[in-house]
Amino acid sequence: MVALLAALRLLRRADRRTPLPVEAEREREPADADVDPNERTVPGNRRAETLVAALLLIAAAFGFAFTAVYILHGNTQLLGIAIGCMLALLAAACVVAGKFVVPQETHAEPRGPLLIEEQAEGVAQMIEDGGEGISRRALLAGAGGVAGVALVTAAATPVASLGPRLRGSHDTPWHRGVRLVDDAGRPYLASDVEIGSFYTALPEGSDAEELGAGLLVVRLAGKYLQLPPARRGWAPRGILAYSKICPHAGCAISLYRYPTYQPTSVGPAFTCPCHYSTFSPGEGGRLIFGPAGRALPQLPLMIDDQGYLRAAGPFTEDVGPSWWNVRKAES
Amino acid sequence: MNLVGRMLHRRLVRVVRWNEQRVGAAKGIKAALRYVFPDHWSFLLGEIALYSFIVLVGTGIFLTLYYIPGDSQVIYHGSYAPLAGQKMSDAYRTVLNLSFNVPAGLLMRQVHHWAADVFVASIVLHLCRIFFTGAYRKPRDLNYFIGLLMLMLAILEGFAGYSLVDDLLSGMGLAIAYSVAFSIPFIGAQLGYLVWDGPFPGSSSFLPRLEIVHVLLLPAALAVLITIHLAMIMRQHHSQFPGPGRRERNVVGTPMWPAYALRSLGLLLAVAAVLFLIGGLIQINPIWQWGPYHPYLSENGAQPDWYIGWLIGALRLMPNLEPAIGNHTIIPNPFWGGALFPLVVFGVMFAWPSIERRFTGDHRRHDLLDRPRDHPIRTAIGAAFLSWVVIIFAVGSTDRLFFRLNISYDAQIHFWRIGVWVLPIVIFFITRSACRSLAASDAHPLRAWQGSVVRRGAGGGVEILAHSADVVEAPVSEAPVGTVPGEESD
Repeated sequence: MVALLAALRLLRRADRRTPLPVEAEREREPADADVDPNERTVPGNRRAETLVAALLLIAAAFGFAFTAVYILHGNTQLLGIAIGCMLALLAAACVVAGKFVVPQETHAEPRGPLLIEEQAEGVAQMIEDGGEGISRRALLAGAGGVAGVALVTAAATPVASLGPRLRGSHDTPWHRGVRLVDDAGRPYLASDVEIGSFYTALPEGSDAEELGAGLLVVRLAGKYLQLPPARRGWAPRGILAYSKICPHAGCAISLYRYPTYQPTSVGPAFTCPCHYSTFSPGEGGRLIFGPAGRALPQLPLMIDDQGYLRAAGPFTEDVGPSWWNVRKAES
Repeated sequence: MNLVGRMLHRRLVRVVRWNEQRVGAAKGIKAALRYVFPDHWSFLLGEIALYSFIVLVGTGIFLTLYYIPGDSQVIYHGSYAPLAGQKMSDAYRTVLNLSFNVPAGLLMRQVHHWAADVFVASIVLHLCRIFFTGAYRKPRDLNYFIGLLMLMLAILEGFAGYSLVDDLLSGMGLAIAYSVAFSIPFIGAQLGYLVWDGPFPGSSSFLPRLEIVHVLLLPAALAVLITIHLAMIMRQHHSQFPGPGRRERNVVGTPMWPAYALRSLGLLLAVAAVLFLIGGLIQINPIWQWGPYHPYLSENGAQPDWYIGWLIGALRLMPNLEPAIGNHTIIPNPFWGGALFPLVVFGVMFAWPSIERRFTGDHRRHDLLDRPRDHPIRTAIGAAFLSWVVIIFAVGSTDRLFFRLNISYDAQIHFWRIGVWVLPIVIFFITRSACRSLAASDAHPLRAWQGSVVRRGAGGGVEILAHSADVVEAPVSEAPVGTVPGEESD
């Protein structure tokens, strides 16, 4: 590239030193022009011609190099360099040829009108002539309009086949008794859940790819537990479960902060990495910062006889993004 | 003429005659070869977009021969060891395979991804040039609308493209897109169900749908619109900046054959060269680092491709407004940033030519471009509007500033919720006064020029037109001429 720039500069200088043969082509001079922009110079620059030939040949070498690198199982970088350099040298050859080898011309072309009044009239007249002799125009136009609407409606109807009718909400596999397992299918014991970490839980024996499947599980110290009265029994031993799906835009929540130094730390919080909606796990998923319009849905938990975590019931709120009917009447 | 020259000439004539006997296009070919391109560097931005599109089509054809839009979950046993044994979709597996096992596959994928970023960037810069020089005025308003439409399709096309991979990042993007669809008042949820064929992440027909949109429907629409865009430019001829001998009624520049054709071919090759060099040397979207998508996983600190950044910023900046009446949610929150904001941005841009006509009363045809400084109000409005969008775009990376420089995320959001309205107003006034003083001094905005204005005259001599001391009168754009009665008004 540097060499190319140097070559171009050299050519410019050569250009300036030698007066070039000129054929001034003067034609169609605008009547009111004080300057004639028309200009044509024929270069005859042998140095530039040599340079173009050299650039083309080096480009060809890089082109063959690409094939060679490919055959020798060269890596992405070498392939990119080979084909990139070939293209760059071809580009240089074209630009040098375009600027120093072929005739240089500036040409003034008249710009005609777009609208020619008689022509426009003629088009309108021709279209109108096609309706000559029709007496019941309004009837035909009206019937045509109705047929047109019917045609568009009929053509658009199959769009409804693209997907199912909307059901009440995003179903989740969670209902009373479903055991919480990790992404390898191992069930969570209540004793696995430690204060200060967060865990991702999935429903045992269900499709983990469903939107409502993923849960956030944390354990909070007693002082941070300020659940609404109706949810008192939802957090056995201070263990809470929330939908992992942010009620703002459907991303999985994967940031968790827990106070490590009491005098300066703020309370525990979940944060969604997409738009930073932040929820308080101790207060039933209340939004404390960010754009989400709803609280994070909480799942009631229970601990079975063997100490495994299980859902104590379904979600009472819709999981996932908001829509018209997302705030269904609380059951 | 020597012997070889005569032989070549005879052969060329034979080829042209062969074509004429069948097509009879000599008149059109001559006009095309003489077609004049005015010279200005800013006119190349649109060409860069066109050439990026060509590279996109070429590399895209290669990629589509390997990609399988399958959502069935498989266990990875491919050559990239860190992901061995992981559950992933067939789609993601085929892209990993393309990246690691197909010779030159990663090169093609990276060039394709870079080309998409350059494609949208050059369209946006081209749009800025069109706006600030007033090139959108009659007769080019229609073509300006087509350009805006192409920008919308290009953004959609890019989003569809990186969503196909089904890596963690693209799955998160689709989850957001699904939520934005759901947020459209009243009908959004049903619309989301139609597009995804059921609840997110959709049925097994979703990825094939996305693929056909990405590899056929949108590219075909873009190709048709590009053709119309170029055909209209040829019909109207290029606009040009005012200059010696340049009038409303002519177009001065380099004819297509041979100099411009060679230079433009050079630009095509240069665009391709840059894309292949960075595609080979600079890693982009290392999908194996993100891992496969599952709805219960997400990547922290993830950033989308740059042309989606303005929407992320708007979604992040918006307060948690979600009006509901009783149990019914009227406007779910993602609507504001994800749907209303882009609608407003494009709405304003579509409406601008008629807004300007209403305020200036200027219904004439314009073929000479304005210098931005000569229309301080337009330039200031454009700069303010652009800064509004750019601020919101920048808000999309507030988390990066938080992680790198430890500037409180909350504080940044609170600051910009006000700043996004105040700063554009400040920029409006700064731009307006800058335009006025530039117009008064006639200095170059970046380098107040020193020296002389010269022109190479016939015979290689140099003709001095003006010195910096006695600044030339700016080549003021003459009053537009309606060549035929009726041309001047709508």
